[in-house]
Amino acid sequence: MQPWLNQALTWSNALVLFLWVVVFLFIVLGFVTYAIYFERKVIGWMQLRIGPNRVGPLGLLQTVADIFKLLIKEDTIPRKADRVLFIIAPALAYIPAFSVLAVIPYTQKLYFADLNVGLLYYVALSGISTLAIVLGGWASNNKYALLGGMRSAAQMISYEVPLVISVVGVILLSGSLNLRDIVAAQDGGWFWDWNFLPQIIGFVVFIIAAVSELNRTPFDLPEAESELVAGYHVEYSGFRFAFFMLSEYVYVYAIAALTTVLFLGGWHAPAPFLDFVPGIVWFLLKFAFIVFFLFWIRATMPRIRVDQLMGLGWKVLLPVSLLNVFLTALYLELFIKN
Amino acid sequence: MENYANNYVVVAIFIVLGILLPVVALTVGRLLRPSKPTELKQTTYESGNEPVGEGQVRFNIRYYLFALMFVIFDVETVFLYPWAVAYNKLGLFVLVEMFIFAGMLLIGLLYAWKKKVLKWNSV
Repeated sequence: MQPWLNQALTWSNALVLFLWVVVFLFIVLGFVTYAIYFERKVIGWMQLRIGPNRVGPLGLLQTVADIFKLLIKEDTIPRKADRVLFIIAPALAYIPAFSVLAVIPYTQKLYFADLNVGLLYYVALSGISTLAIVLGGWASNNKYALLGGMRSAAQMISYEVPLVISVVGVILLSGSLNLRDIVAAQDGGWFWDWNFLPQIIGFVVFIIAAVSELNRTPFDLPEAESELVAGYHVEYSGFRFAFFMLSEYVYVYAIAALTTVLFLGGWHAPAPFLDFVPGIVWFLLKFAFIVFFLFWIRATMPRIRVDQLMGLGWKVLLPVSLLNVFLTALYLELFIKN
Repeated sequence: MENYANNYVVVAIFIVLGILLPVVALTVGRLLRPSKPTELKQTTYESGNEPVGEGQVRFNIRYYLFALMFVIFDVETVFLYPWAVAYNKLGLFVLVEMFIFAGMLLIGLLYAWKKKVLKWNSV
């Protein structure tokens, strides 16, 4: 991307950039397809089941078949639903999920947009998804959907606060909101120079809040099928439903990439003698580990209760993340600044 | 860096593609999928029963209180981000200042806690 970004903008350059982003879109869609397959397979193994294995070799075409089924399924919009909002909501959930990926850097050379407010851009756009979920729940004109949407909004805004405060420690250490600068600031050669050890409190808070923002187990209360049927998307069918699922998995991609960039040193090798391995390999390994970790806790943890969820967010994570900010600031004041 | 605006062109491309994918997919889907709406299909789902009353029911005030708390603390993060970026260039003074600012908000959080706003089954 670098050569095109540094040249003056012409129509042909804009076209090249556009085509790169289209290629990237297909990579993300491929990721989503196989993340779903991998999730079902991993959870199957963890529960001593086999998982999908019928459609295609090893079941590899299972998700493709699922997507095709959703595409040709009849799309029912309830008579009582607010038609316009009902149609807008799934698209609104997906647009920010894809747009936040613009600022993620993969290696020193491979990145899409090098914004100096990259992290702020991510945080600001990812907040819009909450709106889509409330809209979907409200427009369905269904009690389950409304309760699911409201619960989801309460959960997402409660965990957004610790999420955005927990990364302030990282910003303090690197002195920049630019994600490439944040990775560059973790370049010490060894893995203990990555932010996850100096920022261990922020890292733990970030992971917990991120899982909650993703609405995944153990925090998947908005979709609690045992009490709310399916939550905010209960009235959605066909491809509109698919867009809610798609945005959830695109956020898995985004959070895994963001965790890698902020806390796991991005493309840096864990030890100086491993530097000969290309940076993108390290990035992908860390990224895959985070994705696996998300699936792993889904198979391990039971869903927690709604009062415990809100209590954890406001009474534990928020004070702890603020404490982390001031501990980091004090550390910088006492040991680094002079 | 002289062509910094190019980065925002890329962001714009991302947003345009983000809008295009749902539009294209749903338009193509319309050509592929059947459409045989019936009166029964279009009723609101309520576990197989006839829907009772309005769908947009009144719900608990707790959601509103959490939203209020969110507004306060989200504004705090708006102040925290530029503070954190510029922190290394500023003196001890800003640390004390931010300490007072966050301290006042924490008092608000403690007050809400004491008033049982944070307790889910309080009202």
